[in-house]
Amino acid sequence: MDTKPPVKDFATDWDHTDPQWVADPYPIWEELRGRCPVAHTDRYGGGWFPATHAGVSTIAKDTENFTSRTVILGNGRPGDDALPAPIGVAPPITSDPPFHAIARRLLLPAFAPGPINALEPQIRALCQRLLDQLGDHEIVNGGAEYAQYIPPGVIKHMLGFPEDDEDLFREFAHIIVEGVDHPEEQRIEEFAPIEEYFIKQIEDHRENPRDDLTTYLLNVDIAGQKLADEHIFGTMVLTLVAGIDTTWSAIGASLWHLASHPEDLERLVNEPDLMPVAIEEFLRFYAPVTMARLVKHDMEYLGCPMKQDDWILLGFPAANRDPEVFEDADKFIIDRAENRHVAFGLGIHRCAGSNLARLELRVAIEEFIKRYPRFELADPEAVTWAQGQIRGPRNLPIRILD
Amino acid sequence: MRVSIDTEICQGQGRCFSIAPSIFDFDELGNGVVIGDGTLSDETLSLARLAQSNCPEHAIFIEE
Ligand code: HEM
Repeated sequence: MDTKPPVKDFATDWDHTDPQWVADPYPIWEELRGRCPVAHTDRYGGGWFPATHAGVSTIAKDTENFTSRTVILGNGRPGDDALPAPIGVAPPITSDPPFHAIARRLLLPAFAPGPINALEPQIRALCQRLLDQLGDHEIVNGGAEYAQYIPPGVIKHMLGFPEDDEDLFREFAHIIVEGVDHPEEQRIEEFAPIEEYFIKQIEDHRENPRDDLTTYLLNVDIAGQKLADEHIFGTMVLTLVAGIDTTWSAIGASLWHLASHPEDLERLVNEPDLMPVAIEEFLRFYAPVTMARLVKHDMEYLGCPMKQDDWILLGFPAANRDPEVFEDADKFIIDRAENRHVAFGLGIHRCAGSNLARLELRVAIEEFIKRYPRFELADPEAVTWAQGQIRGPRNLPIRILD
Repeated sequence: MRVSIDTEICQGQGRCFSIAPSIFDFDELGNGVVIGDGTLSDETLSLARLAQSNCPEHAIFIEE
Protein backbone atom coordinates (compact mmCIF):
# COMPACT_ATOMS: atom_id res chain seq x y z
CA MET A 1 0.00 0.00 0.00
CA ASP A 2 0.96 3.58 -0.54
CA THR A 3 2.11 5.04 2.75
CA LYS A 4 3.27 8.46 1.63
CA PRO A 5 2.91 11.13 4.28
CA PRO A 6 0.16 13.63 3.48
CA VAL A 7 1.28 16.88 1.87
CA LYS A 8 1.70 19.67 4.44
CA ASP A 9 2.17 22.56 2.04
CA PHE A 10 2.02 22.25 -1.73
CA ALA A 11 4.43 25.18 -2.14
CA THR A 12 7.29 23.30 -0.49
CA ASP A 13 6.16 19.68 -0.56
CA TRP A 14 3.98 19.14 -3.67
CA ASP A 15 2.94 15.70 -4.80
CA HIS A 16 0.81 15.20 -7.90
CA THR A 17 -0.39 11.83 -6.57
CA ASP A 18 -1.67 13.31 -3.30
CA PRO A 19 -5.42 12.55 -2.98
CA GLN A 20 -6.28 16.25 -2.74
CA TRP A 21 -4.37 17.04 -5.96
CA VAL A 22 -5.89 14.04 -7.74
CA ALA A 23 -9.44 14.96 -6.71
CA ASP A 24 -9.28 18.69 -7.48
CA PRO A 25 -5.92 20.25 -8.36
CA TYR A 26 -7.23 23.61 -9.56
CA PRO A 27 -7.52 25.43 -6.21
CA ILE A 28 -4.03 24.20 -5.33
CA TRP A 29 -2.57 25.64 -8.54
CA GLU A 30 -4.40 28.91 -8.05
CA GLU A 31 -2.96 29.28 -4.58
CA LEU A 32 0.54 28.46 -5.84
CA ARG A 33 0.30 31.06 -8.61
CA GLY A 34 -0.36 33.69 -5.97
CA ARG A 35 2.28 32.55 -3.51
CA CYS A 36 5.32 31.14 -5.22
CA PRO A 37 4.99 30.72 -8.94
CA VAL A 38 7.46 27.82 -8.90
CA ALA A 39 6.75 25.29 -6.14
CA HIS A 40 9.33 22.85 -4.79
CA THR A 41 9.27 19.34 -3.40
CA ASP A 42 11.84 17.03 -1.88
CA ARG A 43 9.73 14.06 -2.93
CA TYR A 44 10.78 12.05 -5.99
CA GLY A 45 14.36 13.01 -5.24
CA GLY A 46 13.60 16.70 -5.69
CA GLY A 47 11.54 18.67 -8.19
CA TRP A 48 9.90 21.92 -9.27
CA PHE A 49 6.42 22.78 -10.42
CA PRO A 50 5.82 26.05 -12.29
CA ALA A 51 2.16 26.98 -11.75
CA THR A 52 1.99 29.88 -14.22
CA HIS A 53 1.63 29.96 -17.98
CA ALA A 54 4.84 32.00 -18.21
CA GLY A 55 6.82 29.43 -16.22
CA VAL A 56 5.49 26.45 -18.17
CA SER A 57 6.04 28.19 -21.48
CA THR A 58 9.61 29.27 -20.68
CA ILE A 59 10.66 25.77 -19.65
CA ALA A 60 8.80 23.95 -22.47
CA LYS A 61 10.68 26.05 -25.03
CA ASP A 62 14.08 25.80 -23.35
CA THR A 63 15.82 22.65 -24.57
CA GLU A 64 19.24 24.07 -23.59
CA ASN A 65 18.60 23.87 -19.88
CA PHE A 66 16.08 21.02 -19.72
CA THR A 67 16.02 17.56 -21.23
CA SER A 68 13.10 15.33 -22.24
CA ARG A 69 15.00 12.12 -21.69
CA THR A 70 12.46 11.18 -19.04
CA VAL A 71 8.96 12.64 -19.34
CA ILE A 72 7.24 10.56 -16.67
CA LEU A 73 8.16 11.45 -13.12
CA GLY A 74 9.79 8.48 -11.39
CA ASN A 75 10.29 7.61 -7.79
CA GLY A 76 13.78 8.94 -7.31
CA ARG A 77 16.45 10.94 -9.08
CA PRO A 78 17.04 9.24 -12.42
CA GLY A 79 20.82 9.61 -12.06
CA ASP A 80 22.88 7.21 -14.09
CA ASP A 81 19.91 4.99 -14.90
CA ALA A 82 18.35 7.74 -16.97
CA LEU A 83 18.01 7.06 -20.64
CA PRO A 84 20.60 8.45 -22.97
CA ALA A 85 19.96 11.80 -24.60
CA PRO A 86 19.43 12.83 -27.30
CA ILE A 87 17.58 9.80 -28.70
CA GLY A 88 15.88 8.25 -25.68
CA VAL A 89 13.62 5.26 -25.50
CA ALA A 90 10.55 6.58 -27.32
CA PRO A 91 11.55 9.08 -30.00
CA PRO A 92 10.54 11.83 -30.52
CA ILE A 93 8.89 12.38 -27.13
CA THR A 94 12.02 11.44 -25.15
CA SER A 95 14.46 12.95 -27.66
CA ASP A 96 16.33 16.23 -27.46
CA PRO A 97 17.73 18.29 -30.34
CA PRO A 98 19.23 17.63 -32.76
CA PHE A 99 17.94 14.04 -33.07
CA HIS A 100 14.42 15.06 -32.06
CA ALA A 101 13.79 16.88 -35.34
CA ILE A 102 14.66 13.77 -37.37
CA ALA A 103 12.40 11.43 -35.41
CA ARG A 104 9.58 13.97 -35.42
CA ARG A 105 9.90 14.81 -39.13
CA LEU A 106 9.28 11.17 -39.89
CA LEU A 107 5.98 11.04 -38.00
CA LEU A 108 4.49 14.38 -38.96
CA PRO A 109 3.35 13.62 -42.53
CA ALA A 110 1.32 10.64 -41.28
CA PHE A 111 -0.39 12.83 -38.65
CA ALA A 112 -0.88 15.97 -40.76
CA PRO A 113 -4.47 17.18 -41.30
CA GLY A 114 -4.74 15.68 -44.79
CA PRO A 115 -4.37 11.98 -43.91
CA ILE A 116 -6.03 12.46 -40.51
CA ASN A 117 -9.17 14.19 -41.81
CA ALA A 118 -9.66 11.27 -44.19
CA LEU A 119 -10.26 9.05 -41.13
CA GLU A 120 -13.42 10.87 -40.10
CA PRO A 121 -15.93 8.37 -41.60
CA GLN A 122 -14.20 5.40 -39.93
CA ILE A 123 -14.08 7.19 -36.57
CA ARG A 124 -17.75 8.08 -36.86
CA ALA A 125 -18.65 4.48 -37.71
CA LEU A 126 -16.63 3.24 -34.72
CA CYS A 127 -18.42 5.62 -32.33
CA GLN A 128 -21.79 4.59 -33.74
CA ARG A 129 -20.92 0.93 -33.30
CA LEU A 130 -19.96 1.50 -29.67
CA LEU A 131 -23.19 3.42 -29.06
CA ASP A 132 -25.18 0.60 -30.67
CA GLN A 133 -23.57 -1.76 -28.18
CA LEU A 134 -24.67 0.48 -25.28
CA GLY A 135 -28.20 0.01 -26.56
CA ASP A 136 -31.08 1.47 -24.60
CA HIS A 137 -29.67 0.98 -21.13
CA GLU A 138 -30.72 3.62 -18.67
CA ILE A 139 -27.21 3.91 -17.24
CA VAL A 140 -24.15 3.77 -19.49
CA ASN A 141 -20.51 4.07 -18.54
CA GLY A 142 -19.15 6.94 -20.64
CA GLY A 143 -15.59 6.07 -19.65
CA ALA A 144 -15.27 2.31 -19.51
CA GLU A 145 -17.83 1.49 -22.22
CA TYR A 146 -17.34 4.35 -24.69
CA ALA A 147 -14.44 6.84 -24.41
CA GLN A 148 -11.95 4.13 -23.54
CA TYR A 149 -12.49 2.16 -26.75
CA ILE A 150 -12.33 4.99 -29.27
CA PRO A 151 -8.58 5.76 -29.40
CA PRO A 152 -7.36 2.14 -29.59
CA GLY A 153 -9.97 1.38 -32.24
CA VAL A 154 -8.76 4.30 -34.34
CA ILE A 155 -5.05 3.53 -33.92
CA LYS A 156 -5.61 -0.12 -34.76
CA HIS A 157 -7.28 0.97 -37.97
CA MET A 158 -4.45 3.45 -38.74
CA LEU A 159 -1.83 0.77 -38.24
CA GLY A 160 -3.78 -1.57 -40.52
CA PHE A 161 -4.19 -4.47 -38.11
CA PRO A 162 -6.84 -7.16 -38.77
CA GLU A 163 -10.40 -6.19 -37.78
CA ASP A 164 -10.89 -9.54 -36.05
CA ASP A 165 -8.14 -8.76 -33.54
CA GLU A 166 -10.27 -6.12 -31.81
CA ASP A 167 -10.33 -7.88 -28.41
CA LEU A 168 -6.67 -8.79 -28.50
CA PHE A 169 -5.75 -5.22 -29.36
CA ARG A 170 -7.86 -3.83 -26.52
CA GLU A 171 -6.04 -6.13 -24.16
CA PHE A 172 -2.70 -4.77 -25.43
CA ALA A 173 -3.97 -1.24 -24.99
CA HIS A 174 -4.77 -2.04 -21.35
CA ILE A 175 -1.35 -3.51 -20.73
CA ILE A 176 0.31 -0.44 -22.20
CA VAL A 177 -1.79 2.11 -20.36
CA GLU A 178 -1.70 0.35 -17.02
CA GLY A 179 1.98 -0.54 -17.22
CA VAL A 180 3.21 3.02 -17.61
CA ASP A 181 4.69 3.18 -14.12
CA HIS A 182 5.57 -0.48 -13.63
CA PRO A 183 9.23 -1.31 -13.05
CA GLU A 184 11.24 -1.78 -16.24
CA GLU A 185 11.63 -5.57 -15.85
CA GLN A 186 7.95 -6.20 -15.28
CA ARG A 187 7.14 -3.95 -18.21
CA ILE A 188 9.38 -5.88 -20.58
CA GLU A 189 7.68 -9.10 -19.50
CA GLU A 190 4.21 -7.62 -19.95
CA PHE A 191 5.17 -6.29 -23.37
CA ALA A 192 6.41 -9.62 -24.74
CA PRO A 193 3.09 -10.71 -26.32
CA ILE A 194 2.60 -7.22 -27.74
CA GLU A 195 6.03 -7.23 -29.31
CA GLU A 196 5.44 -10.68 -30.77
CA TYR A 197 2.12 -9.62 -32.29
CA PHE A 198 3.46 -6.32 -33.63
CA ILE A 199 6.50 -7.96 -35.21
CA LYS A 200 4.15 -10.43 -36.91
CA GLN A 201 2.12 -7.49 -38.25
CA ILE A 202 5.28 -5.75 -39.45
CA GLU A 203 6.31 -8.89 -41.33
CA ASP A 204 2.86 -9.25 -42.83
CA HIS A 205 2.96 -5.64 -44.01
CA ARG A 206 6.40 -6.15 -45.50
CA GLU A 207 4.99 -8.99 -47.60
CA ASN A 208 1.66 -7.31 -48.31
CA PRO A 209 2.17 -3.55 -48.37
CA ARG A 210 -1.00 -1.48 -48.08
CA ASP A 211 -2.10 2.04 -47.42
CA ASP A 212 -1.60 2.40 -43.67
CA LEU A 213 0.76 3.69 -41.01
CA THR A 214 2.68 0.42 -40.71
CA THR A 215 3.48 0.39 -44.42
CA TYR A 216 4.39 4.08 -44.21
CA LEU A 217 6.88 3.34 -41.41
CA LEU A 218 8.34 0.46 -43.42
CA ASN A 219 8.93 2.70 -46.43
CA VAL A 220 10.10 5.88 -44.76
CA ASP A 221 13.84 6.46 -44.42
CA ILE A 222 16.26 8.54 -42.39
CA ALA A 223 19.14 9.74 -44.57
CA GLY A 224 18.71 6.90 -47.06
CA GLN A 225 18.37 4.23 -44.37
CA LYS A 226 15.18 2.29 -43.72
CA LEU A 227 14.05 2.10 -40.10
CA ALA A 228 15.06 -0.92 -38.06
CA ASP A 229 12.16 -3.12 -36.93
CA GLU A 230 12.81 -2.03 -33.33
CA HIS A 231 12.36 1.59 -34.31
CA ILE A 232 9.11 0.77 -36.12
CA PHE A 233 7.92 -1.22 -33.11
CA GLY A 234 8.92 1.63 -30.77
CA THR A 235 6.99 4.13 -32.84
CA MET A 236 3.90 1.92 -32.91
CA VAL A 237 4.02 1.57 -29.14
CA LEU A 238 4.43 5.32 -28.78
CA THR A 239 1.24 5.96 -30.74
CA LEU A 240 -0.52 3.69 -28.26
CA VAL A 241 1.11 5.10 -25.13
CA ALA A 242 0.75 8.73 -26.21
CA GLY A 243 -2.59 8.38 -27.94
CA ILE A 244 -4.87 6.20 -25.84
CA ASP A 245 -4.97 7.35 -22.24
CA THR A 246 -4.74 11.00 -23.28
CA THR A 247 -7.59 11.05 -25.79
CA TRP A 248 -9.76 8.77 -23.67
CA SER A 249 -9.31 11.25 -20.81
CA ALA A 250 -10.22 14.22 -23.00
CA ILE A 251 -13.39 12.53 -24.28
CA GLY A 252 -14.36 11.36 -20.80
CA ALA A 253 -13.80 14.77 -19.19
CA SER A 254 -15.89 16.44 -21.90
CA LEU A 255 -18.74 13.97 -21.34
CA TRP A 256 -18.41 14.53 -17.59
CA HIS A 257 -18.75 18.27 -18.13
CA LEU A 258 -21.83 17.92 -20.33
CA ALA A 259 -23.40 15.45 -17.90
CA SER A 260 -23.01 17.92 -15.06
CA HIS A 261 -23.78 21.18 -16.96
CA PRO A 262 -27.19 20.78 -18.65
CA GLU A 263 -27.11 24.35 -20.00
CA ASP A 264 -23.92 23.62 -21.97
CA LEU A 265 -25.27 20.30 -23.21
CA GLU A 266 -28.42 21.99 -24.43
CA ARG A 267 -26.49 24.69 -26.26
CA LEU A 268 -24.24 22.17 -27.95
CA VAL A 269 -27.22 20.07 -29.06
CA ASN A 270 -29.03 23.13 -30.42
CA GLU A 271 -26.01 24.91 -31.91
CA PRO A 272 -23.82 22.30 -33.58
CA ASP A 273 -21.72 25.09 -35.15
CA LEU A 274 -20.34 25.77 -31.68
CA MET A 275 -18.55 22.42 -31.69
CA PRO A 276 -15.09 23.59 -32.83
CA VAL A 277 -14.81 26.35 -30.20
CA ALA A 278 -16.37 24.10 -27.56
CA ILE A 279 -13.75 21.44 -28.27
CA GLU A 280 -10.95 23.95 -27.65
CA GLU A 281 -12.58 24.98 -24.37
CA PHE A 282 -12.88 21.34 -23.29
CA LEU A 283 -9.19 20.96 -24.07
CA ARG A 284 -8.25 24.11 -22.16
CA PHE A 285 -10.40 23.52 -19.11
CA TYR A 286 -9.81 19.77 -18.76
CA ALA A 287 -6.35 19.49 -20.34
CA PRO A 288 -5.42 15.92 -19.46
CA VAL A 289 -1.65 15.85 -19.99
CA THR A 290 1.19 16.92 -17.68
CA MET A 291 4.74 16.14 -18.80
CA ALA A 292 8.09 16.07 -17.04
CA ARG A 293 11.56 17.37 -17.81
CA LEU A 294 14.93 17.01 -16.09
CA VAL A 295 17.19 19.91 -15.22
CA LYS A 296 20.38 19.57 -17.28
CA HIS A 297 22.81 21.33 -14.94
CA ASP A 298 22.96 23.29 -11.68
CA MET A 299 21.60 26.78 -12.23
CA GLU A 300 19.53 29.62 -10.84
CA TYR A 301 16.36 29.60 -12.96
CA LEU A 302 13.12 31.55 -12.53
CA GLY A 303 14.54 32.51 -9.16
CA CYS A 304 15.02 28.90 -8.06
CA PRO A 305 18.23 27.08 -7.16
CA MET A 306 17.83 24.13 -9.55
CA LYS A 307 20.19 21.17 -9.40
CA GLN A 308 21.15 18.80 -12.18
CA ASP A 309 18.58 15.97 -12.53
CA ASP A 310 15.92 17.75 -10.49
CA TRP A 311 12.49 16.99 -11.90
CA ILE A 312 10.29 19.58 -13.54
CA LEU A 313 6.59 18.81 -13.60
CA LEU A 314 5.36 20.69 -16.65
CA GLY A 315 1.72 21.40 -15.93
CA PHE A 316 0.07 22.37 -19.19
CA PRO A 317 -3.29 22.05 -17.39
CA ALA A 318 -2.15 24.61 -14.79
CA ALA A 319 -0.95 27.01 -17.51
CA ASN A 320 -4.43 26.79 -19.04
CA ARG A 321 -5.98 28.21 -15.85
CA ASP A 322 -3.64 31.21 -15.51
CA PRO A 323 -5.69 34.44 -15.27
CA GLU A 324 -2.74 36.38 -16.72
CA VAL A 325 -3.47 34.72 -20.07
CA PHE A 326 -7.15 33.73 -19.92
CA GLU A 327 -10.01 36.00 -18.96
CA ASP A 328 -12.20 34.30 -16.35
CA ALA A 329 -9.70 31.47 -16.42
CA ASP A 330 -11.63 29.40 -13.90
CA LYS A 331 -14.88 29.61 -15.85
CA PHE A 332 -15.81 27.17 -18.57
CA ILE A 333 -17.07 29.35 -21.42
CA ILE A 334 -18.39 27.13 -24.17
CA ASP A 335 -18.10 29.83 -26.86
CA ARG A 336 -14.78 31.31 -25.71
CA ALA A 337 -13.52 32.98 -28.89
CA GLU A 338 -9.91 33.64 -27.89
CA ASN A 339 -8.29 30.54 -26.54
CA ARG A 340 -4.53 30.12 -26.72
CA HIS A 341 -4.61 26.97 -24.61
CA VAL A 342 -1.58 24.72 -24.38
CA ALA A 343 -3.24 21.31 -23.86
CA PHE A 344 -1.01 19.90 -26.62
CA GLY A 345 2.16 21.41 -25.23
CA LEU A 346 4.34 24.20 -26.58
CA GLY A 347 7.50 24.32 -28.64
CA ILE A 348 9.22 21.48 -30.45
CA HIS A 349 7.38 18.64 -28.70
CA ARG A 350 3.89 19.93 -29.63
CA CYS A 351 1.68 16.84 -29.65
CA ALA A 352 2.28 15.11 -32.96
CA GLY A 353 -1.15 13.52 -32.66
CA SER A 354 -3.10 16.73 -32.02
CA ASN A 355 -5.00 16.68 -35.32
CA LEU A 356 -6.07 13.11 -34.66
CA ALA A 357 -6.93 13.78 -31.01
CA ARG A 358 -9.12 16.75 -31.93
CA LEU A 359 -10.92 14.77 -34.60
CA GLU A 360 -11.60 11.86 -32.24
CA LEU A 361 -12.79 14.21 -29.50
CA ARG A 362 -15.12 16.09 -31.84
CA VAL A 363 -16.64 13.03 -33.48
CA ALA A 364 -16.98 11.16 -30.16
CA ILE A 365 -18.93 14.05 -28.61
CA GLU A 366 -20.99 14.73 -31.75
CA GLU A 367 -22.13 11.12 -31.97
CA PHE A 368 -22.79 10.78 -28.25
CA ILE A 369 -25.03 13.86 -28.02
CA LYS A 370 -26.76 12.96 -31.27
CA ARG A 371 -27.71 9.59 -29.77
CA TYR A 372 -28.37 10.91 -26.25
CA PRO A 373 -29.34 14.59 -26.34
CA ARG A 374 -30.11 14.60 -22.61
CA PHE A 375 -28.10 12.89 -19.90
CA GLU A 376 -26.74 13.46 -16.42
CA LEU A 377 -24.28 11.96 -13.96
CA ALA A 378 -25.93 8.86 -12.52
CA ASP A 379 -23.86 9.00 -9.35
CA PRO A 380 -21.46 11.96 -9.07
CA GLU A 381 -19.74 10.37 -6.07
CA ALA A 382 -18.91 7.24 -8.05
CA VAL A 383 -16.85 9.09 -10.67
CA THR A 384 -13.15 8.37 -10.25
CA TRP A 385 -10.35 10.43 -11.80
CA ALA A 386 -7.06 8.87 -12.84
CA GLN A 387 -4.07 9.96 -10.81
CA GLY A 388 -0.67 10.79 -12.16
CA GLN A 389 0.25 12.76 -15.24
CA ILE A 390 -2.82 11.92 -17.31
CA ARG A 391 -6.03 13.21 -15.78
CA GLY A 392 -9.50 12.08 -16.77
CA PRO A 393 -12.54 10.25 -15.44
CA ARG A 394 -12.27 6.46 -15.51
CA ASN A 395 -15.56 5.32 -14.03
CA LEU A 396 -18.24 7.59 -15.46
CA PRO A 397 -21.79 6.31 -14.91
CA ILE A 398 -24.19 8.42 -16.96
CA ARG A 399 -27.99 8.30 -16.75
CA ILE A 400 -29.71 8.70 -20.11
CA LEU A 401 -32.78 10.92 -19.81
CA ASP A 402 -36.02 10.71 -21.86
CA MET B 1 -2.45 44.97 -44.54
CA ARG B 2 -0.69 41.61 -44.56
CA VAL B 3 -0.56 38.51 -42.46
CA SER B 4 2.40 36.16 -42.17
CA ILE B 5 3.51 33.13 -40.17
CA ASP B 6 6.97 32.94 -38.68
CA THR B 7 7.95 29.40 -39.69
CA GLU B 8 10.69 29.33 -37.03
CA ILE B 9 8.04 29.75 -34.34
CA CYS B 10 5.14 27.76 -35.83
CA GLN B 11 4.89 24.23 -34.40
CA GLY B 12 1.80 23.08 -36.26
CA GLN B 13 -0.70 23.61 -33.44
CA GLY B 14 -3.26 23.82 -36.23
CA ARG B 15 -5.45 26.61 -34.91
CA CYS B 16 -5.07 29.14 -37.75
CA PHE B 17 -6.18 26.95 -40.64
CA SER B 18 -9.14 25.62 -38.64
CA ILE B 19 -10.37 29.08 -37.67
CA ALA B 20 -9.61 30.86 -40.94
CA PRO B 21 -9.33 28.35 -43.78
CA SER B 22 -9.74 31.16 -46.32
CA ILE B 23 -6.50 32.75 -45.12
CA PHE B 24 -4.39 29.81 -43.90
CA ASP B 25 -3.63 26.33 -45.13
CA PHE B 26 -1.27 23.58 -43.90
CA ASP B 27 1.80 22.02 -45.45
CA GLU B 28 2.82 18.37 -45.68
CA LEU B 29 4.04 18.40 -42.07
CA GLY B 30 0.90 20.05 -40.76
CA ASN B 31 2.50 23.44 -40.18
CA GLY B 32 0.49 26.55 -40.97
CA VAL B 33 1.05 28.47 -44.22
CA VAL B 34 -0.49 31.68 -45.50
CA ILE B 35 -2.52 31.33 -48.71
CA GLY B 36 -1.20 33.62 -51.46
CA ASP B 37 0.70 36.73 -50.37
CA GLY B 38 -1.30 37.25 -47.21
CA THR B 39 -2.90 40.53 -48.22
CA LEU B 40 -5.89 41.25 -45.99
CA SER B 41 -9.04 43.20 -46.75
CA ASP B 42 -11.16 45.01 -44.18
CA GLU B 43 -13.36 41.92 -44.03
CA THR B 44 -10.59 39.37 -43.61
CA LEU B 45 -8.60 41.41 -41.08
CA SER B 46 -10.80 40.51 -38.14
CA LEU B 47 -10.69 36.82 -39.05
CA ALA B 48 -6.88 36.97 -39.27
CA ARG B 49 -6.83 38.69 -35.87
CA LEU B 50 -9.02 35.94 -34.42
CA ALA B 51 -6.60 33.30 -35.69
CA GLN B 52 -3.70 35.31 -34.30
CA SER B 53 -5.29 35.51 -30.86
CA ASN B 54 -5.71 31.71 -30.84
CA CYS B 55 -2.15 30.78 -31.80
CA PRO B 56 -0.52 29.27 -28.68
CA GLU B 57 2.95 29.84 -30.13
CA HIS B 58 2.43 33.51 -31.07
CA ALA B 59 3.64 32.72 -34.58
CA ILE B 60 1.19 34.91 -36.56
CA PHE B 61 2.08 38.50 -37.44
CA ILE B 62 -0.14 41.18 -38.96
CA GLU B 63 1.24 44.32 -40.58
CA GLU B 64 -1.33 47.05 -40.72
C1 HEM C 1 -6.37 14.89 -26.21
C2 HEM C 1 -5.40 14.04 -26.48
C3 HEM C 1 -3.95 14.34 -26.37
C4 HEM C 1 -3.31 15.27 -25.58
C5 HEM C 1 -3.92 16.27 -24.59
C6 HEM C 1 -1.90 15.16 -25.86
C7 HEM C 1 -0.92 15.95 -25.26
C8 HEM C 1 0.41 15.93 -25.59
C9 HEM C 1 1.40 16.82 -25.03
C10 HEM C 1 1.13 17.88 -23.98
C11 HEM C 1 2.58 16.53 -25.62
C12 HEM C 1 3.91 17.25 -25.38
C13 HEM C 1 4.87 16.42 -24.60
C14 HEM C 1 6.07 17.21 -24.08
O1 HEM C 1 6.17 18.43 -24.23
O2 HEM C 1 6.91 16.55 -23.46
C15 HEM C 1 2.35 15.43 -26.55
C16 HEM C 1 3.32 14.84 -27.34
C17 HEM C 1 3.07 13.81 -28.23
N1 HEM C 1 1.85 13.24 -28.50
FE1 HEM C 1 0.06 13.74 -27.71
N2 HEM C 1 -1.69 14.18 -26.79
C18 HEM C 1 -2.92 13.66 -27.14
C19 HEM C 1 -3.17 12.65 -28.06
C20 HEM C 1 -2.22 12.08 -28.88
C21 HEM C 1 -2.49 11.11 -29.92
C22 HEM C 1 -3.87 10.62 -30.35
C23 HEM C 1 -1.28 10.75 -30.45
C24 HEM C 1 -0.93 9.80 -31.56
C25 HEM C 1 -1.56 8.74 -31.89
C26 HEM C 1 -0.26 11.51 -29.75
C27 HEM C 1 1.09 11.42 -30.02
C28 HEM C 1 2.05 12.25 -29.46
C29 HEM C 1 3.46 12.18 -29.81
C30 HEM C 1 4.09 11.25 -30.83
C31 HEM C 1 4.10 13.17 -29.04
C32 HEM C 1 5.58 13.51 -29.05
C33 HEM C 1 5.87 14.65 -29.98
C34 HEM C 1 7.31 15.13 -29.90
O3 HEM C 1 7.99 14.88 -28.90
O4 HEM C 1 7.78 15.74 -30.87
N3 HEM C 1 -0.86 12.30 -28.80
N4 HEM C 1 1.02 15.11 -26.52
